[in-house]
Amino acid sequence: MFAPAYLDWNATSPLAPEVREAMLPWLGERFGNASSRHEYGRQARAAIDEARERVAAAVGAHPTEVVFTSGGSEANNLFIKGAAACMKPGLVAISAIEHPCVREPAKQLRRAGWDVVELAVDTAGRIDRNHWQAVLERRPKLLSVMFANNESGVLQPIAELASEAREARVWLHTDAVQALGKIEVDFRALGVHAMTLSSHKIGGPIGAGALVLDKRVELAPLIAGGGQERGLRSGTENVAAIVGFGVACQLAAARAEDEHHRLSALRDRLEILLAETGTRIFSREAERLPNTSFFAVDGIDGETLVGKLDRAGFACASGSACSSANPEPSHTLTAMGVDETLARNAVRVSLGPTTTADDIERFAETFARQVKELKELAAVAA
Amino acid sequence: MLKFPIYLDYSATTPVDPRVAEKMIPWLTEQFGNPASRSHAFGWDAEKAVEDARGEVAALVGADPREIIWTSGATESNNLAIKGAAQFYKGKGKHILTVKTEHKAVLDTVRELERLGFEATYLDVQEDGLIDIEQFKAALRPDTIVVSVMMVNNEIGVIQPIAEIGEICRDKGIVFHVDAAQATGKVAIDLKELKVDLMSFSAHKTYGPKGMGALYVRRKPRVRLEAQMHGGGHERGLRSGTLATHQIVGMGEAFRLARLEMGAENERIRMLRDRLLDGFKDMEAVYVNGDLEHRVPHNLNISFAYVEGESLIMAIKDVAVSSGSACTSASLEPSYVLRALGRNDELAHSSIRFTIGRFTTVEEIDFAIDLLHKRIGKLRELSPLWEMVQEGIDLDTVQWAAH
Repeated sequence: MFAPAYLDWNATSPLAPEVREAMLPWLGERFGNASSRHEYGRQARAAIDEARERVAAAVGAHPTEVVFTSGGSEANNLFIKGAAACMKPGLVAISAIEHPCVREPAKQLRRAGWDVVELAVDTAGRIDRNHWQAVLERRPKLLSVMFANNESGVLQPIAELASEAREARVWLHTDAVQALGKIEVDFRALGVHAMTLSSHKIGGPIGAGALVLDKRVELAPLIAGGGQERGLRSGTENVAAIVGFGVACQLAAARAEDEHHRLSALRDRLEILLAETGTRIFSREAERLPNTSFFAVDGIDGETLVGKLDRAGFACASGSACSSANPEPSHTLTAMGVDETLARNAVRVSLGPTTTADDIERFAETFARQVKELKELAAVAA
Repeated sequence: MLKFPIYLDYSATTPVDPRVAEKMIPWLTEQFGNPASRSHAFGWDAEKAVEDARGEVAALVGADPREIIWTSGATESNNLAIKGAAQFYKGKGKHILTVKTEHKAVLDTVRELERLGFEATYLDVQEDGLIDIEQFKAALRPDTIVVSVMMVNNEIGVIQPIAEIGEICRDKGIVFHVDAAQATGKVAIDLKELKVDLMSFSAHKTYGPKGMGALYVRRKPRVRLEAQMHGGGHERGLRSGTLATHQIVGMGEAFRLARLEMGAENERIRMLRDRLLDGFKDMEAVYVNGDLEHRVPHNLNISFAYVEGESLIMAIKDVAVSSGSACTSASLEPSYVLRALGRNDELAHSSIRFTIGRFTTVEEIDFAIDLLHKRIGKLRELSPLWEMVQEGIDLDTVQWAAH
């Protein structure tokens, strides 16, 4: 059977076999509602508690700081809207390259009287520290800066930003969805007040995520009724997904270091090969996730190229998956000052635990061939 | 062979039907794409599965697939429906009408809106748990913008007159939301006929997975909502977040099975419920909570007078039942639903909710009857109150000393 090589791990990841095994009983005979007081309910409650401990241990947090949600999008919404709801309107600052599930909730706050400012990034996609300082002087009430960008893979110096935010007495939230499982994520060491995690980017199931939250942060729930998750997130817990998330965190933490070296070696090899075909690689000079490469070829539309690569057996992305339904150029790239035409040509390759050296060699070879063909076509058309 | 504890708590949650689990598992293995990934086959396959499931959910309730929005569960659906409609239509008025016996997901949401400046009326129910239509009409105000009434009550299983309420609301241009989490697969729902604008569904109350729900949002006449979860613009902008394909597929299959099997299944369950009720006929001081006629066959909620609720639960731990709604059973407050029927605290505390489902057997029902007989008899032997009643003392006339 034809099985394409999966090079889109930043969109979602296949479920790890150990995770699946851990989940199956919770889709079978252990089906209780964790709020029920009989044996079925107690089993479910104990499983959720265990998962909470696993997630907390993987990210250097205390179990009571972990609030389970239906995923990363909900956790980001919960922090931005939930924290804002407990304050008088003021200034909220987010980086210019946030995922839409941070950007859109922040924009919603405008209707409640908040000012929203986007923190500029430099041409490599790193937070512009001068602008950051200037914004801090305006005394914002909420800050959100993502740990690792989903498209470029660029890492922000979260620990430094957090220490400055603490000095300025501002809550700093970081979306660590893409960082988890790829680099070390330590809530305590980062020093942020809140942090978003997602299960399905690290070999866990879709449908679970968490907001890790410093208990000093007051938060209003997004979803009311029932009072689960210390009243911060009501609704019958998705036990199977939460169990899966817990195991996925444990596995990710255990393999992180070895994987880091392996993946960055593969990615660097890929970029050497890509550079040979005249490909422009974004953010190469910045500190990045080890698994992500974001690049474009002059004159070749990203969608077209990704379509051709798919037919040739390689699944990758032309933008972040969530926005691939819309034809807008990558927000991350325009914020870096990349012109719109080149931004529309962007292709993202993201590697994961099952990616092999052979996948990379074959991909680079196919990529070079497709680029050559498309350039010839373009030349004929011109 | 009986498996202990015997599960008679199907309204708290249902097991995933093995046929549903079978459909879900491929999406937990090789087919793992993000349905929003447009550039490769992993994503396309997932997107098709999501749309097929949407069709199945719509088919069970007589809706158009385009009217179904995926959520993480009925609690989220209720929040989205009520807050979303109230915020969208706040220019028209600020009054919300709901019922005292609604699920917490509705009541807490309405309370939150009250804190934001909306006004709310919580309608009383009659002794049988049903709302009185005349009282309902009288409670409507010129500035009422949203009405929320559940179809089937989670504690007592009574079915509210949704069709009649729908007519009234449509007439007055009020958005009508119905929490149908406990209704799917138990009562026929035809949204082509019912004048309902928004309806909440849950997968895990109908043999599907937890963490999955849907909201019906009527297209004709069109109902508008303000989104509560923002981001990538999934679900036509009404609910952002990566779609959990395996869970959606599970909900689709669960609702498909419900559509095909509910007729025969409900007959069998009614037979079991009648058997259970029959089994308690020879016991004294036993009261059924809620109307027996306008009620799903799955539910039997009974108060056993002169028995303390908590000790009763301990005494019958071979059957897994609820002594209140699952979501609130962590508190020792008497059930607010039973209080709303006019039951006193003692009777509310000594109530047991038996809910019967797809995998319940005659043997399990017979075991439960037998166990209840033995244990209630024993607990009453220990009860001074029971002794006084046996001696013919009217407890209402007793002057209790304060401690």
